[in-house]
Amino acid sequence: MAAIAGTLPASKALAATTTVGFVYVGPRDDFGYNQAHAEGAAALKKMSGVKVVEEERVPETVQVAKTMESMINLDGASLLFPTSFGYFNPYILDEAKKFPKVRFEHAGGLWTAKNPKNVGSYFGYIFEGQYINGIVAGYASKSGKLGFVAAKPIPQVLQNINAFTLGAQSVNPKATTQVIFTGDWSLPVKEAEATNSMIDQGIDVLTMHVDSPKVVVQTAAKRGAMICGYHCSQAALAPEAYLTGAEWNWTDLYPKFVAMWMKGEEIPNFYRGAFKEGLIKQSPFGPKVSAEAKKHADDVKAKLTAGTYVIFKGPLKDNTGNVVVAAGSELIQTNASDEKLESMHFLVDGVKGSLPA
Amino acid sequence: MATDATVGGGVSTAKPAAATPKKMFDREGLGRAAEAVVIPLGALLVSLVLFGIFVAFAGINPIDVYNYMIVGSVGSWFSIQNTLTRASPLILTALCTALPAQAGLMIIGGEGAFVVGGLSAIAIGLPLAAHAPVMIVQIVMAVTGMAAGAAWIAIAGALRHWRGVNETISSLLLTYISIAIFNHVVEGVMRDPASLNKPSTHPLPAADLIGNIPGMDVHWGLVYGIVFCIAAYILFFHTTFGFAARMVGGNPRAARLAGLPVGRIVLIVTALAGAAAGLAGMVEVAAVQGAASATMAAGYGFTGILVAFLARQNPLAVIPVAFLFGGIGASGGLLQRRLDMPDASVLVLQGIIFVMILASETLFGRFRIFRPKEN
Repeated sequence: MAAIAGTLPASKALAATTTVGFVYVGPRDDFGYNQAHAEGAAALKKMSGVKVVEEERVPETVQVAKTMESMINLDGASLLFPTSFGYFNPYILDEAKKFPKVRFEHAGGLWTAKNPKNVGSYFGYIFEGQYINGIVAGYASKSGKLGFVAAKPIPQVLQNINAFTLGAQSVNPKATTQVIFTGDWSLPVKEAEATNSMIDQGIDVLTMHVDSPKVVVQTAAKRGAMICGYHCSQAALAPEAYLTGAEWNWTDLYPKFVAMWMKGEEIPNFYRGAFKEGLIKQSPFGPKVSAEAKKHADDVKAKLTAGTYVIFKGPLKDNTGNVVVAAGSELIQTNASDEKLESMHFLVDGVKGSLPA
Repeated sequence: MATDATVGGGVSTAKPAAATPKKMFDREGLGRAAEAVVIPLGALLVSLVLFGIFVAFAGINPIDVYNYMIVGSVGSWFSIQNTLTRASPLILTALCTALPAQAGLMIIGGEGAFVVGGLSAIAIGLPLAAHAPVMIVQIVMAVTGMAAGAAWIAIAGALRHWRGVNETISSLLLTYISIAIFNHVVEGVMRDPASLNKPSTHPLPAADLIGNIPGMDVHWGLVYGIVFCIAAYILFFHTTFGFAARMVGGNPRAARLAGLPVGRIVLIVTALAGAAAGLAGMVEVAAVQGAASATMAAGYGFTGILVAFLARQNPLAVIPVAFLFGGIGASGGLLQRRLDMPDASVLVLQGIIFVMILASETLFGRFRIFRPKEN
């Protein structure tokens, strides 16, 4: 590995431009996960000496392996951002072994010391943003009934549901969150059905964790409900109903990584963070957010940015009455080695919904 | 793409065929064969021209598009392997539609057999991997995947024969059931607890994975598919069973009157179809993904339907058509990257090709050149 690192600056000096490849699992204008990454890629296009190549709707099959190889072989890409979580194993790991001089940067925070050194995996603890969403939703909701359209009951999604609920309960202790799992990352029809059925139950603020929040946002806005966004800003879809949103801040991170790569500096293999590290950001408040809510949300955000605020603090019960975080203990949200946080499999008290055993 | 060259080739073989004095039977056979090649290739050529017009309206130079399509699909050894890799699952899933079509059945549930085949293969492969040599593990996985896929599509065949349920609808609905079962099992009993945010089964040991064809970066699944196609062609066009199956396809009532066991034939044909897609699922698990996760249902089964139709349900024609689709997929990425075209443009091209080939069916029998003069 040292030998390879030694040859890198020389090989890069030969190339006048650095070609950076982006691979997306869905359309890059999805108002969601992929758009957030594409906005990060767009930020690179302003850098001199950087050429960006992009490919969208690449499934998590051998097709992504071939897309990466094609970017390397035909476009001369030396730094790749295959952005979907499912690209990592086996595709990125295999390609990294095949192309030791190419750098692979994956969104998901999955890298361990056993993996190739030319792979990096970064991720944000975006549930900090969902906590802020919850605070704003807690103020905005008249019924105290909130809704969450979720894809799958996996730890990353459950962290968001729980943080959103705890945020709302910090304002209104009686607030509840109805959760509906659609079963997959992109099921527009089910997402619309879930949104409608929740609004029929009197839910007046919704948020979500699906690849593209577009359907939930538009459906809810049409029905007169309010929205907290996710992944990137959906304010343009519902200027009135949009309260705020938890956004990725890839426009900040990607130029940093690319600059490091071009200078021959080491990009960290494992990079995770939240507000404090600038990996996530909050959408500007919409017109329906009260001054009180804005102040409260901004205060908490300032504490999160300073690293002095913990979201999952004991005593914490799940919605079946079990104590999941004991009194006096904390799940520090930026601690990647916290087993309990990383493998979260509970819904906090106040969430209406259940998990598979 | 190499289409232009092949079109020329097709025509040139057709002309001497008409000119060479041979027995009537041969000239007729050659004429038909030439017709079966030239008409779809002509339709393909027209589709490419239409696609060129389409992209021109979007402000992109069609010549650039054709150029990148050639570069991306066959322009280099890497591109050729890229095309072949993408084609290999499609060959097998296309057979899931093409084989029942011989017996007059319209099966569109290849995705279901694919998923069920992959799941069964890994379900048996994981416990076996610890105890048996690689060869045994792979054979047992392949047989299990085929058996599971066969049983799955045979359900549609049985429902058709004994309950009169439309096999097109039932096979499609079975797909939804199979994906639901698959997710339930992968996210439940078979879940690897370490797969936190991407629920998957335990991975197969690396040593038990199906490797690449020597000298190529393409796995053995491609060979399985080609062998399956050739075997299916021989079975359906050069055996008594195949003749009987095609007779069932031509007229089931007449077949029954002739004393053919229609029920048994329907079951065998649907089972063979399911076995093909089940094998594709096994290859996906054992050669590509290494474990089963929700990304199994990536749509290979559905693309296979398109491939089968474009191949006019002929098992041998499935091979080049799958290569064509592999090539379109392989070059589609390059079109996105170089010309900033959206991925949907590849879908537009596939759609145009599909419509043109279906429309071209009406041209069969209309060109004198393929029909020697009747005396």
